[in-house]
Amino acid sequence: MNTTKELTVKESKIAYLLRLADDRLILGQRMSEWCGHGPVLEEDLALANMALDLIGHASSLYAYAAEVEDEGRDEDHFAYFRDDYEFTNLQLCELPKGDFAFTIARQFLFSSFSYFQYQQLKEAKDEQFAGMIDKHFKEIKYHLRHSRDWVLKLGDGTDESKERMQEAFDELWMYTGELFYIDGVDEMMLADGNGADLLSFKEEWKKLVEDTLKEATLNVPDWDQFMMTGSRTGMHTEHLGHMLAQMQFLRRSHPDADWK
Amino acid sequence: METQQQLDDFQARIDAGEKIEPKDWMPERYREQIIRMGSQHAHSEIVGMLPEGNWISRAPSLKRKLVLLAKVQDEAGHGLYLYSAIETLGVRRSELIDQYLYGNAKYSSIFNYPTLSYADVCVIGWLVDGAAIVNQTKLAHSSYGPYARANLRICKEESFHKKQGYEMVAKLAEGTPAQRKMVQSAVDRFWWPTLMMFGPNDSNSPNSAELLKWQVKLNTNDELRQHFVDRVVMEAEAVGLTLPDPDLKFNDETGHWEFGEIPWDEFWDVVKGNGVMNRERMKSRRKAHEDGAWVREAAQAYARKKNLSREKAS
Repeated sequence: MNTTKELTVKESKIAYLLRLADDRLILGQRMSEWCGHGPVLEEDLALANMALDLIGHASSLYAYAAEVEDEGRDEDHFAYFRDDYEFTNLQLCELPKGDFAFTIARQFLFSSFSYFQYQQLKEAKDEQFAGMIDKHFKEIKYHLRHSRDWVLKLGDGTDESKERMQEAFDELWMYTGELFYIDGVDEMMLADGNGADLLSFKEEWKKLVEDTLKEATLNVPDWDQFMMTGSRTGMHTEHLGHMLAQMQFLRRSHPDADWK
Repeated sequence: METQQQLDDFQARIDAGEKIEPKDWMPERYREQIIRMGSQHAHSEIVGMLPEGNWISRAPSLKRKLVLLAKVQDEAGHGLYLYSAIETLGVRRSELIDQYLYGNAKYSSIFNYPTLSYADVCVIGWLVDGAAIVNQTKLAHSSYGPYARANLRICKEESFHKKQGYEMVAKLAEGTPAQRKMVQSAVDRFWWPTLMMFGPNDSNSPNSAELLKWQVKLNTNDELRQHFVDRVVMEAEAVGLTLPDPDLKFNDETGHWEFGEIPWDEFWDVVKGNGVMNRERMKSRRKAHEDGAWVREAAQAYARKKNLSREKAS
């Protein structure tokens, strides 16, 4: 499917907002699975807090996409009435929550990437968009600090925690390539003054990840290994469908009911 | 050995409305009662995350998902305040947790009922949080200072939960036929269990006299239950929902709503572990605790390493 060539600026902007929003909704939904099941009470609170932030960010991004689209739809339309192949979130975000090490490793990879991405997006030309991003950026900094702290604690904790942490990064590594996927949507948004230049911070991001893993006494997996692709054009693991089935069933069973 | 003089002085302080603080002298039995009641309250907040948490992944709008997630997170926060309040009596949180996961400590039986529809979590907000507020508003004046203050803080958040729950109940009650059916079913299932939350009738409540004397509790179970019923009947009427009690009637002389016999056999069955969800709740909590053991150990090991290297440096 040629998704990019004929897109207008408006279409690209909607696609761009949906990619950002889908990442956050899907990761937030995964994170919320921890609520009531955390390893210690303080962490139950922290994980729920990050889930709240992520889903909250997604909700405002969807609402803004609906506004740009101007077809009378709302944020719930995008969350509840699209199917797997219409979602454009990273596969990294949809993978099952795994153990606490896996959740933390994923959160660290995603938050550190978001940190650089949002640092640029908060300077976007579109003031409404930039304002929203700036607000979310403050929370992303907290997510990064929190997940980084845990990478250090678990990497340099006990033998078991180190092993689990290493396994988590090894398993997640092939999903990191897509963080820097670029197509016409990104190019158009960048040209429009409302996109992040992903390549400009790729090395800096890799350095932050490497430094953190080394400080945590972990091995840095091979950056040149096989990397997954396709998320941004609707390719997903089968995990996503099951998550959506659960997330959407009630809303779709009663589409005419008011649930706000 | 506690002398009569000490006991009398202690009672005099209570009667004068003074707060008892952690370092004050207190009868051993008073300490035990606060630990028993406060930790039971804390465990209830934590187990209480499960029935509502059951609908986070399926909440029917992003707004409702956020509201529910924030609410369940608040319950974790309440658990934390309460454990901290009880820890002032020299007992560790980990011991208290072991007592309910592997020992005899109890938590509120209401959380052993399943949430079968999304309306259940709305009704829990309205009825269960509503009942909890009636209890906790009184406990905010409890004689033990840290426990009273924890309850004061909790009440503020619970009132918000109750308001949100009732708003959603009202919305469902005037919604589509399916929404109305859903919410009425939830009320039918949660009404009696909510009334049981106030505990056995006064004539059958072994701990009450002592708790009242020391003003750990300020009202009897039956008084609080009546207070709750008087308020909720009006709220149900206002949104057109039927409470499942044919004997419910207003008594002009007393000014109170009279209600039918609470199914106490069911209450005792659930207390003894035979509710629909008792086993599942304990299994979930034990699993979370045991799965988290390596995380807690790693955090401790890391802290020890850091302390050691700091000592070496200085």
